[in-house]
Amino acid sequence: MTQAPAQIITLTIDGLPLEARAGQTVLEVCRENGIQIPTLCHDPRLEPYGACRLCIVQIEGVRGFPTSCTTRVAEGMSVTTNSPEIADLRRSIVELLLSDHELRCLSCDSAGACALQDIAYEFGIEESPYTGERHRVREGQDDNDLIERDYSKCILCGRCVRICHEVQGCDVVGYTDRGFEAIPNTPYALSLEAAGCEFCGQCVSTCPVGALTDKPSRYQGRVWETTRVESICGYCGVGCTVEYHVKDGRIISTGAPIGRGVNGGNLCAKGRYGWSFTHSPDRLTAPLVRRDGKLVEVTWDEAVRVVADNLARIRDEHGPGAVGGLASAKCTNEENYLFQKLLRTAIGTHNIDHCARL
Amino acid sequence: MTPHAPTQGSTIIRVCTGSGCAMNGSLEVADAFEAAIAQAGANDSVRVVRTGCHGMCGSGPIVTVAPDGVFYPKVTLDRVTRIVERLVADGGYVSEFLFRPAEDAEPIVHYADVPFNAAQRRIVLRRCGVVDPEDIDDALALGAYDGLRKALETLDPDSLIEQVKASGLRGRGGAGFLTGQKWRFTRDASGEVKYVICNADEGDPGAFMDRSVIESDPHSVLEGMAIAAYAIGAHEGYVYVRAEYPLAVKRLRIAIAQAEEKGFLGEDILGSGFCFEVKVREGAGAFVCGEETALIASIEGKRGMPKVRPPFPATSGLWGKPTCINNVETLANIAWIVVEGAEAYASIGTGDSKGTKVFALTGKVRYSGLVEVPMGMTVRDLVYGIGGGCAEGRDCKAVQIGGPSGGCLPFELLDTLIEYEALTEVGAIVGSGGMVVVDHETCMVDFARYFLTFTQEESCGKCIPCRIGTKRMLEIVTRITEGEGQEGDIEKLEKLARDVKNASLCGLGQTAPNPMLTTIHYFREEYEEHIRSRYCRAGACTALSHYVIDAGLCKGCAVCKKHCPVGAIWGELKQPHTISAERCIKCGACVEHCPFNAIKRV
Repeated sequence: MTQAPAQIITLTIDGLPLEARAGQTVLEVCRENGIQIPTLCHDPRLEPYGACRLCIVQIEGVRGFPTSCTTRVAEGMSVTTNSPEIADLRRSIVELLLSDHELRCLSCDSAGACALQDIAYEFGIEESPYTGERHRVREGQDDNDLIERDYSKCILCGRCVRICHEVQGCDVVGYTDRGFEAIPNTPYALSLEAAGCEFCGQCVSTCPVGALTDKPSRYQGRVWETTRVESICGYCGVGCTVEYHVKDGRIISTGAPIGRGVNGGNLCAKGRYGWSFTHSPDRLTAPLVRRDGKLVEVTWDEAVRVVADNLARIRDEHGPGAVGGLASAKCTNEENYLFQKLLRTAIGTHNIDHCARL
Repeated sequence: MTPHAPTQGSTIIRVCTGSGCAMNGSLEVADAFEAAIAQAGANDSVRVVRTGCHGMCGSGPIVTVAPDGVFYPKVTLDRVTRIVERLVADGGYVSEFLFRPAEDAEPIVHYADVPFNAAQRRIVLRRCGVVDPEDIDDALALGAYDGLRKALETLDPDSLIEQVKASGLRGRGGAGFLTGQKWRFTRDASGEVKYVICNADEGDPGAFMDRSVIESDPHSVLEGMAIAAYAIGAHEGYVYVRAEYPLAVKRLRIAIAQAEEKGFLGEDILGSGFCFEVKVREGAGAFVCGEETALIASIEGKRGMPKVRPPFPATSGLWGKPTCINNVETLANIAWIVVEGAEAYASIGTGDSKGTKVFALTGKVRYSGLVEVPMGMTVRDLVYGIGGGCAEGRDCKAVQIGGPSGGCLPFELLDTLIEYEALTEVGAIVGSGGMVVVDHETCMVDFARYFLTFTQEESCGKCIPCRIGTKRMLEIVTRITEGEGQEGDIEKLEKLARDVKNASLCGLGQTAPNPMLTTIHYFREEYEEHIRSRYCRAGACTALSHYVIDAGLCKGCAVCKKHCPVGAIWGELKQPHTISAERCIKCGACVEHCPFNAIKRV
């Protein structure tokens, strides 16, 4: 299938003549062209939302301060992304947010990877000029091992609510209460598990601050202490691109780089949290063969020979129908193809199945 | 159309059963009239019609007698028999029950001569207080659905839209967008399926225009919707109405059923082939759902949170389809425009503000209620001419126009014209039509705090400026009213107000600072007095005032002492008493009970 090339639109951003594709937002075009615009509620995996108001710009002929994340480019559009007025409004928004944010950055797992922290730093805000009540946070009932929710740090960007709805289709969390007391939560403040959460951790992946964090990696390492190692998830044949966060040679958490690979930044529960086996003392690191009731380490050649001999013996003694093969979804298509070929030609049986059918 | 015009039969006693009058017992009064008529054996010549609201809600229960238009305010059960007896005897009236502008003034006999009514121009409210809202025949006798018939039989959608455009009608919900233009955009939007939505999610404190129209003449709204649907090419419509308006909801449902039965709604309307169906959706009581994108989300079953526009509902609204959302009052104008013509409508009003506007006049005004005036009238004429000025002859201090999104006008600016542009220029807005009059007993700082409390509570929480900005503003202004204001607070409020206005996502946040900004602008000295002198000139801020007993006036009767709930008053019998400022909780019980007016709040 060939797609018609997108219509090219010319516009001016900060006096710079630029080309964009029809349907793109002003924010997308800015980011493609290296023009910095701060955002908190934006995630390319989600529909534009326009809640944090940080990406406001000025557009000739348009009243007020439209948000660049929700504004589509138009022919001849003239955009200003930074002016003293815009800078002042953005600063004010961040100051307001900080006045309602639990500033426990010292022990926050998101420190160093926190969008609010970055923006406050960029604007040089040491302290909010505003003080006052902080939003009320209901006592959580979470006893899960994976997702830590601390709504005292929530900035109400709605990203967790939206990713759960738009990407996962699960609607485990939604907004509760309104106005200053509005907060994302499960229905009736149930535990995540009781609310039907599958613990994909997508909400954690999109949270720009420390309101949602991975429990397994709590206090295990600061962001700047970790190395990011890109890999392919071995759990199934989809082959999602993952990024292991490694400290001192050990994985402490997993993410997925936005826009990369088949998954484009999304992961399931297995991909995100199913890596603890890598450092398990029970993990097999070499082939073992049972001899005299004891498992003994052997070479791969030896191990394969034991298996081959025994399969051939069973086939000869009991016929090919006595052998069956169960392949793993962790294998690639090609590996699965070879496996069925082995069973059909070398053993002579059609007894082949695959765990993905379960 | 005036309420004394006959509908059917000769003598009609019209008893208002709008929410206000019904609360004051008008339902029983109506029953009593029927019983009294039966008793007098006058069933053939006199009939009772239970109407909707007249507007003069402060004087209810209201009764008018057709064909003469005799007007009785505050009709209680014990007055019914005498009114009927006199009516049956010689068609006359009981003059002691008539309306009097002042206690010693001559009574005014006829409804139309009452100052409250005389200066009004009723288009939206043309059948309100006249017809029985639960009887379509009553409305039909007074021209209901004539506009729809005319539109379907003589106008194609395009010329209909041109008519509405030419009338100059602007949206009465608050934003004041040209209605015909909105219809044009929706008609021109691509898509087979389109919707009409009537926004009846009236939420401003003190505003009850839309409720009254639906309660009193639901057919005017349904007819407007059907005409709008024909114009834009919709076959389905929704009325989004507050669940807190049970009477309006009930009457709306009755009206829809009756209109469907008579063929004004449903399939093949009036044999034209045009189909239009109306459904009712009850809102769960969020102010923000009056904002059109939040309203649409709510109808779709989602949380009522506004979305960024564009896309506007005209191109992508309900279920992503082109949708025309009009306010109740806007729609109630439509049939009149179609029947009387765009020119007739445009001849009323001024400049860019055509036609009439309904206001809910409340506060410290003598005659509160619902009024419909031609655009271009001065605020002073409305408050003093129609509303009778402030109670007890005091001067009005300010008028808040446009509810919590509006601004306040000081006494000196009351000659401002009621026009979109003129009001915007002085910091207020026409808005949906709330008009609150205050006198010197109202503290303007406290007044701004009140409106901000409302908008703060009703913020949906989606965007940061509105959610946190209004909260911080409220905290600062509350501090000021509690005597803990600091130098720089006013400037901080002004800065926050500007930021919230400029950066908020929807109209709620963009307008929430208006009461604050206008009170600071026009009454800055009151803010300064609170902060610098810890003084509230209105005596309304409890923390800044205390009670004292004037020893010269106090007779030592001890009534105050008896009523003080905290034992803060002491003194010998027949000797002047004293209030302990430390113990006093400023409840005001002493002032209320002192027979000698010896206690003052200072």
